[in-house]
Amino acid sequence: MLNLLNEAINRTGIKADKTIKNLNMNLTLKIWRQKNQNDKGGFESYQVSDVSPDMSFLEMIDVLNEDLVKEDKDPVHFDHDCREGICGTCSMVINGRPHGPKEGITTCQLHMRSFSDGDHITIEPWRAKAFPVIKDLVVDRTSFDRIQQAGGYVSVNTGGAPDANEIPIPKRIADEAFDAATCIGCGACVAACKNASAMLFVSAKVSQLAMLPQGQVERKTRVEKMVAQMDEEGFGACTNTGACAAECPKGIDLSNIARLNREYIGAKLKSENVS
Amino acid sequence: MSSVLNSKVPEGPLAEKWEKHKFSVKLVNPANKRKYDIIVVGTGLAGASAAASFGELGYNVKAFAYQDSPRRAHSIAAQGGINASKNYQNDGDSTFRLFYDTIKGGDYRSREANVYRLAEVSTNIIDQCVAQGVPFARDYGGLLDNRSFGGAQVSRTFYARGQTGQQLLLGAYGALNRQISNGKVKMYNRTEMLDVVMVNGEAKGIITRNLITGEIERHSAHAVVLATGGYGNVFFLSTNAMGCNATAAWRAHRRGAFFANPCFTQIHPTCIPVSGEHQSKLTLMSESLRNDGRVWVPKEARKGLTAKEALNIPEEERDYYLERKYPSFGNLVPRDVASRNAKDVCDEGRGVGPSGLAVFLDFADAINRDGEDLIRSKYGNLFDMYMQITGDNPYEVPMMIYPAVHYTMGGLWVDYNLQTTIPGLYAIGECNFSDHGANRLGASALMQGLADGYFVIPYTIGDYLASQPYEKVGTDHEAFDEAEKTVNDHLDKLLNINGNKTVDEFHKELGKIMWDYCGMSRTGEGLKKASGMVKELKEEFWKNVKVVGTADELNQSLEKANRVSDFIELAEVMIQDALDRAESCGGHFREESQTPEGEALRIDDEYSYVSAWEFTGNGAAKLNKEDLVFENVKLTQRSYK
Amino acid sequence: MSWFTKAFSTTIGRKLVMSLTGIFLILFLIEHLIGNLLLLNGDGGLAFNEFAHFMKYNRLIQIGEVVLFGGFLFHIIDGIILIRKNRKSRPVQYAVSNKSEVTSWASKLMGPFGIIILVFLIVHMYDFFRFKYFSPVADMPGTDISDLASLVYIKFQSVGYVAFYVIAMAVVGFHLYHGFQSAFQTLGVNHVKYSPIIKGLGVLYSIVVPLGMALIPIIIYINHITQQI
Repeated sequence: MLNLLNEAINRTGIKADKTIKNLNMNLTLKIWRQKNQNDKGGFESYQVSDVSPDMSFLEMIDVLNEDLVKEDKDPVHFDHDCREGICGTCSMVINGRPHGPKEGITTCQLHMRSFSDGDHITIEPWRAKAFPVIKDLVVDRTSFDRIQQAGGYVSVNTGGAPDANEIPIPKRIADEAFDAATCIGCGACVAACKNASAMLFVSAKVSQLAMLPQGQVERKTRVEKMVAQMDEEGFGACTNTGACAAECPKGIDLSNIARLNREYIGAKLKSENVS
Repeated sequence: MSSVLNSKVPEGPLAEKWEKHKFSVKLVNPANKRKYDIIVVGTGLAGASAAASFGELGYNVKAFAYQDSPRRAHSIAAQGGINASKNYQNDGDSTFRLFYDTIKGGDYRSREANVYRLAEVSTNIIDQCVAQGVPFARDYGGLLDNRSFGGAQVSRTFYARGQTGQQLLLGAYGALNRQISNGKVKMYNRTEMLDVVMVNGEAKGIITRNLITGEIERHSAHAVVLATGGYGNVFFLSTNAMGCNATAAWRAHRRGAFFANPCFTQIHPTCIPVSGEHQSKLTLMSESLRNDGRVWVPKEARKGLTAKEALNIPEEERDYYLERKYPSFGNLVPRDVASRNAKDVCDEGRGVGPSGLAVFLDFADAINRDGEDLIRSKYGNLFDMYMQITGDNPYEVPMMIYPAVHYTMGGLWVDYNLQTTIPGLYAIGECNFSDHGANRLGASALMQGLADGYFVIPYTIGDYLASQPYEKVGTDHEAFDEAEKTVNDHLDKLLNINGNKTVDEFHKELGKIMWDYCGMSRTGEGLKKASGMVKELKEEFWKNVKVVGTADELNQSLEKANRVSDFIELAEVMIQDALDRAESCGGHFREESQTPEGEALRIDDEYSYVSAWEFTGNGAAKLNKEDLVFENVKLTQRSYK
Repeated sequence: MSWFTKAFSTTIGRKLVMSLTGIFLILFLIEHLIGNLLLLNGDGGLAFNEFAHFMKYNRLIQIGEVVLFGGFLFHIIDGIILIRKNRKSRPVQYAVSNKSEVTSWASKLMGPFGIIILVFLIVHMYDFFRFKYFSPVADMPGTDISDLASLVYIKFQSVGYVAFYVIAMAVVGFHLYHGFQSAFQTLGVNHVKYSPIIKGLGVLYSIVVPLGMALIPIIIYINHITQQI
């Protein structure tokens, strides 16, 4: 809507700085506030005015926080770091959608031109048993780390690696492995899934290493251990609804989950692990 | 004067130094390694690779990260690639050529021996990463692909689409995870180092703050390794992550580690311009865009010119200033030259966009020549990113770009072993100053981080540890009491000021001073002015900053205040350093030192040294110089005409 | 637990059980539909009764019946375990739920639909066991074959029962709509060439089979009405 307006204004030839002013928005935010892990928490409403469409969503909250600090109030705590969509730190469910209404981006890449004047925006933390809320919108995602620690790597010590070109890898395989490897571990898949399942996340790492020759040695034990850890963390099961892939900012494909299932079946049938 | 600083560079021919050194350093017996504890602060490429390698060797490691997971360190954001002198493309690359390019690219302000070693181990890095399952780009034959990057004459850059940093970091993160699961590394997420504990002049531990509970904790070890990255966020706006900070390095500096070349910062020419007061950080776009984009501004100042209006500016009213001034390199001049020229045209008032702080990067000719599809296949994701952030469509209108702080070449002074001036305290990766001189080549940051972490420090730290008793200093030692008190006092002071200005307001002011006076272009006069301004800002900060909340909870307001208090002090030394170095070199331009054509003039007779600043506590740091000796390369002035 | 039971106790393992038993039940439905269609043979239920008689006394079928019950049982028990686990995985729900439109609502309601089908099954099985073991059905005149068809014809004269049956079949349809393709994804079958075929088959199956099932009571009821007039 705003873009259309912008274009219309541009066509009339009015100076750019005027259009920006005219487009500034007033918004009502409903944000989840929770003092700490033991606090029950609840929603608080805030008004933010004069929001520029060029602001990122997080910058809009920065502005709110500046105001809160000046009023001696605790600013809204949220996770963020790189603010360019690669570190995977930011995590907000905005109007019911992880990373907000636009596809293929993280919250930090969401800009306010995706909203309109007068909008009500509800902001919640990731909700999952395995992602307990630490404070406000900050959640604890170390469960992802523990899944990776269970086997999401190739066991090679530093030094002694063969020449990098010793094993050719077909481009198609390398590209496909790369597609899986682009996962940023943000947890939007878990946040989006009705079961809070981590299958897409786990499948991405399992897939990457299952496809590459370097991952073959530990292929079976890896999937067994990672799936066991995933269960221990309390993530739900996969109902193949596809919500995870639809909300994934990096477009990790559902075919990875099928591959994870295959890897699991293969490992359980063939591995010599009887424990 | 350089007597204080012993670089410990081994004797002998350049190509044999590292080999010889590895043989001559003391070793810790494999069975005894488990008796030594090492602290690694920061888990980016350098920190994660070092912690993992230490664990593999058998040391007990404690690793610390302020992020919620080691995988989020800002190394992850590096786009372009990683250099290695593999010569897979048969185009004449070699260890010496990579060494030479790096020394020359750094404008002859780095240490020969360190840089040669970097080039030497670069090939091992690629082997190691491939073995870890890093999915580098490959050609149709299945072998690794390379590209030429940042104007290099050979194709030596390995890459993983535009996400090389991410893939390398995930590789190192995997190695680290393996050691965590083996119990050799204990990981402390969301924990920030706030001081180094000094016992008899040596680093024997650190004080940390648990960012969730606010708890101040003591950690004792036989050695401490800092891998905490650069300090670009002194400028408030930079391409660094929001959390990147200089606190660990600065607190180490306060405890006696010299800070080297602090004024050497790299400004990247192709970033998305600032859109308003709310701007929190800047986004870099790969400089590969300059391969096809043409940089221009209008010949006559046109304030507030939008990208759409630019379409109506006829060809003869456009100034393609890079092509005009540098006919042979054109739009592909090095980063510093491109950045400085963008600043110059904007200073002349010819900048575009609402702020007047932007230049056009125009793809119209490239799209006409090659078709939109080819351009999309090359830069599709960058164009999408641009569109996402600005709302403009670069297939139809020119992009707007402006330079932004991207990397800091300066850092803690280290010797050949990567040890700082504090025995037992090491600095690796962007945190140290060692390899990039006054300017870093594209795709070399990743190389240095991993070289230090995987292939240098695992050897050199043994030399120190072998001389240490097995018994650790207890955390009940009075040095821990003292350090903890210092930390607590600092935090209490911040919380009790209860002034009127927010931390961000101070940080923005600091950033503006630094950008205006200590950025790409400096004058002695401007720096003196900046020095006074920062001093005033510091005084005001300690009287008028407003920090809400308490110290014993997750308190991002306090975290920021703590970091900014250090940025302000660091800024003072940066300015002092910039004042001292009255030459133009590498990434920075000193207006008093230029050729008749207005190009950067390096003054080798006077400034061929590393400035290592020593903390004195009285507001002015003391300069120590390490003279740079070049035995293997001939110093030349760069020219891109 | 042995490695075998453990393999089927993880979330993926339980999903495998759901998938394997689901495919087995899908196959069973075809046989069930064919049997039911015999009711419409126009022979007063003779073919149906002969079929039922065969099913009742054939040894192999008797074994198959046990397996079938096992299939249902595992599908139901594992389904309930998974629903409970999934609920626990998100103790606090979102205030606003507005997920992307990519996901079908059939996929989000697999559990609730399964429960509805379970209720139907209980009623269905009550009839099945009652007449099989407890209240002997009269034989067709001149044979020793039970006249089940007449029982069915009488049952479906009740509009309430027909409606219950038809609604249950609609739910079965939705359950199959997602379950069919989902079973293959869980088994790891995901291929650019074959997945679209599987999806297409699934949609077709989820429409044809429940529709066929639902048409039988409707036709019987209509017949009943028209005969009355």
